[in-house]
Amino acid sequence: MSSELITKYFREERLPHIWCPGCGHGIATRAVMEAVDRLGWEKDDVCIVSGIGCSSRAPGYLDFNTLHTTHGRALAFATGIKLAKPHLHVIVLTGDGDTSAIGGNHLIHAARRNIDITTVVYNNYIYGMTGGQYSPTTPFHDKGTTAPYGNIDQPFDICSLAQAAGATYVARSTVFHAKQLSQFVEKALQKKGFSLVEAISSCPTYYGRKNKKGSAVDMMNFLKFRAVPSSRFAALSEKEKLEHVETGEFINRTAPEYTESYQKIIDLVQERKESK
Amino acid sequence: METESKLMQGNEACVMGALHAGMRFFAGYPITPSTEIAELSSLLLPKHGGKFIQMEDEIASMAAAIGASIAGVKSMTATSGPGFSLKQENLGYAAMAEIPCVIVNVQRCGPSTGLPTSPAQGDIMQARWGTHGDHPMIVLTPSSVSETFSLTVHAFNLAEQFMTPVILLMDEVVGHMREKVNMTKLQSMPPYNRRRFDGNPDEYYAYRPDQSLTPALMPFGEGYRYHITGLYHDETGFPTNSTENARNQLTRLHQKIEDQDVLCLYEEVNVDEEVDLLILSYGSTYRSARKAARLARKEGKNIGEFRVISLWPSPEEAILKAAKRAKAILVVEMNEGQYVQEIERIVKNEAPIHFLGNGAGELIDPEDVYQKIEEVLTCQANS
Amino acid sequence: MTEQEIRLSGTGGQGLILGGIILAEAAMLDGKEVTQSQSYGPEARGGASKAEVIISDEEIDFPKFHKCDCLLSLSQTACDKYLHSIKTNGILIVDDTVKEIDRSDIHIVRLPLLNTAKEQVGKSIVANIVSITAMNAICHYVSDEALKQAIQNRVPKEALALNQAAFDAGKELALKFAG
Repeated sequence: MSSELITKYFREERLPHIWCPGCGHGIATRAVMEAVDRLGWEKDDVCIVSGIGCSSRAPGYLDFNTLHTTHGRALAFATGIKLAKPHLHVIVLTGDGDTSAIGGNHLIHAARRNIDITTVVYNNYIYGMTGGQYSPTTPFHDKGTTAPYGNIDQPFDICSLAQAAGATYVARSTVFHAKQLSQFVEKALQKKGFSLVEAISSCPTYYGRKNKKGSAVDMMNFLKFRAVPSSRFAALSEKEKLEHVETGEFINRTAPEYTESYQKIIDLVQERKESK
Repeated sequence: METESKLMQGNEACVMGALHAGMRFFAGYPITPSTEIAELSSLLLPKHGGKFIQMEDEIASMAAAIGASIAGVKSMTATSGPGFSLKQENLGYAAMAEIPCVIVNVQRCGPSTGLPTSPAQGDIMQARWGTHGDHPMIVLTPSSVSETFSLTVHAFNLAEQFMTPVILLMDEVVGHMREKVNMTKLQSMPPYNRRRFDGNPDEYYAYRPDQSLTPALMPFGEGYRYHITGLYHDETGFPTNSTENARNQLTRLHQKIEDQDVLCLYEEVNVDEEVDLLILSYGSTYRSARKAARLARKEGKNIGEFRVISLWPSPEEAILKAAKRAKAILVVEMNEGQYVQEIERIVKNEAPIHFLGNGAGELIDPEDVYQKIEEVLTCQANS
Repeated sequence: MTEQEIRLSGTGGQGLILGGIILAEAAMLDGKEVTQSQSYGPEARGGASKAEVIISDEEIDFPKFHKCDCLLSLSQTACDKYLHSIKTNGILIVDDTVKEIDRSDIHIVRLPLLNTAKEQVGKSIVANIVSITAMNAICHYVSDEALKQAIQNRVPKEALALNQAAFDAGKELALKFAG
C-alpha cells in the first residue's frame, strides 16, 4: 500500500527528501496524499503551493502542479491561482514560521475572504531550515538559537487565529495521529471555503535537541501522550493545558466562498451588459 | 465631429491598454497616485470575465498577480513608490521563475511617503536594481496619455514574449492628466499570447528554452505537471545546487533580454546632423524638454532631442551614436540625478554631460530647461 | 487659435473638475489638441480647487502652465488665490458674489453664475455647466455643438435635461452681458 501511494503521487526521482531522520514532515505529507487519494482527484487539477522552510520543500516531491514561492507568501500566490482558475484544487503546505510570522497577514486575510484554499501547517515550533531559531509557536521559556535564555514571546495558537479570522474549517492533529490527521485534511479539502489543518510535527534535530526533548522516538511519544482531544482538554488546569496539545475539529461551518461570490458579480454585470 | 478619439486620463489609458492586451486579472492595493488604475480595473474586469482583487498589501498583490499568470491569465498590478518597494521581493521571483506580468509604478515624490500627490521620476534605478541578485529588467516609460495606452499593450506583449515581468514607469503627471487618445489607431495593436508547448506532456521540460532563450511555461492545470521555484533550477524546474547550472541559467536570463534590439525604444528629433546640444529626457519631463528645445530651435539654436522610451535595457547604441554627433549633452529628469549616471556610463568622454534635475515634487518648467540650454551653450562658446 | 490656457477655480463640490473635463472633451470633439489636469490631494478637499485646460491647434508640449489666458472663479477665496496668474489683458470671469478684485490690467466679467444655477435652473449642482457655457459664449473656445455633445457624454443620463437647461441659461447670461 505504501509504495503504491508513493508511486502514484510522489516524484520518486526527487527522493530521498531533505528532511532529517526523525522529522515529522514526511508523515504529514503522506497524510495529505492519503486524503487526496481518497477523494480521487485528478493530479492535473491539483495545485500545491508552498513558501520557504523545511515544510515548504514538500511540493517538490509531489507529482502535481507545484509552486515553491517566497517566504510567507504562499497564500498570496495561491489566491491568484485560485481566483484565476477556480476549478483547480489549491493546497498550501507551510510551516509555523512561514505562515504565522512572515506570512501572518496573508493567513488572516485569506481566512477572512474565505477563499477555497486548504492550508496544512506543519508546526514543529522552530525555524528548522535556518538552524533552530524560535518561531511564533515556540512555547514560552523554550529555547532556540536566538532564544538562548528562553523564549519570552507568547506563542500563537494558529488554529484560534485562523478561526477568529474567518476560516470555515479548522482542525489540529499530530504526526503521531497520522490517521486522524489525514481525515481532518480530507474534510478540509472538501470544505468549500478557507480551511486550515495544523499538523503538530516534530523536529528532533533543532527543537528537540535545544529543549532536551530526547530522541525522535521520545518526541513521538510526547505527541502520543500529550495530545488531548478538545472534549477532555477543557477540563485540564491552566498549567496542564500548557503541557498538552489540544486536538480535534474547532470549527466547521458554511459561509460565502470568495471565488463563487466573484463569479456572481461577473454573471451579474455580464447579464446587465447583454440586456443593454 | 472627431469620433475616433477619446479624452482619457493616463491611469485610465493604462487600464484600457491592459484590457486590450488581454489583461484578465488585476491584484492591487490602494495608493496615490495610482489608485484610479485599481478602481477602473475593478469596474471593467468582471465585464470582460476577468477578476480583480484588492489584496492585504503590495507584497501580496504582486504574489497574486504572479499566481494568476502561472494559471495562464494575463495579469497586472499597479502602485507607487512605497508600494513599489514592497513589490520588489516577488518581482525578483517573477524574474527568476520567468513568469510574465506587468507592474505599473505611477511615480510620486519620495523618499518614503514623500509628497504623495506630487510627481517625480525617482524610481529609475529602483526599477532596474530594486530587488536582490543580478537579473535584467524591462522598463518602459510613457510621456503622454496616448503612449500610456500603447506602452501598456507593449508591456504585456513583451512580458509574454520574453517570459518576464515588465515594469511600466509612469509618473503623477502622465497618470492624472487627460489628453486625446486615438482609439481606432491604438486598438489595431495586436496582443501577443505566450508560446505553448504542443508536444506530449511526458516530453515537456518547462524550463527548456527555445532559440529565443525563453521557456514555454504551460498554464497550471492543463496536464503538464511541473515545478516552479525561486531557487536556481534546471530545465525540469526542480532546484539544483550546481554552480555550473546556476551560471548557465543566469547567463540565459541576461541574454534573453539584453541582446534584443527589439527592446530598445527611443525617439529622436533633429539629430541627423551634428548638434551643439543634445537634450535627453523621458516621461513627462520630456514634455518640458521638448517645449524648451523647440523654442531654442526657433531662435536658431542647433538643438537635438533624444527621448528614451525603454529605460532598461537602455538603448545604448542609439544613445552613443547620437552622443557622437553632439558637442554637449543635457540630461533632464525629475530626480536628483539617476539616469544621467547611465548616460555617463554609455557616453564616457564622447561629449560633456550636463544635468538638470528636480526630485522635490515639481515638474521641471520649460523655462528652466531653456535657461539651462543657454547656460550650456554660453559655457561651450567660452571654452 | 494659438494655445489657450484656461483655469477654472472655486470651492470643492462645485463640479469644476468635471467642468474642465467637459470643456476639454468639447475641444477634442472640435478636432483640437487638448490637455486637462487638476489639483489632487489635500488641496482638492474644501478650500480652493482648480481644473486646468489647454486648448491648441498644435500638439501640446508642456501640459501645465503658470499664467492663464482666462480664469474662472466661483469664490472670493479662489479668485484671491489665482488672480495673479491671469496674463495681462487676459479675462477673468467671476461669480457676482466675488467683490474684491485687485487688478486693472485684465478684462473682468462679473456674472450671477451661482444664483442662475440655483434659482433659474433650479439646482446649485449645475453651476459648473452654467459657468463653462457662459465662459465659452464669451471666449469662443469650442463650438456649441461640441460642448453640448461633451455635456451629454459626461453627465448622468437622468440629469441630462437639467444640464441642457443649464447650458441654455449659461449662454443667455453671457449674451445678456455682451448685449
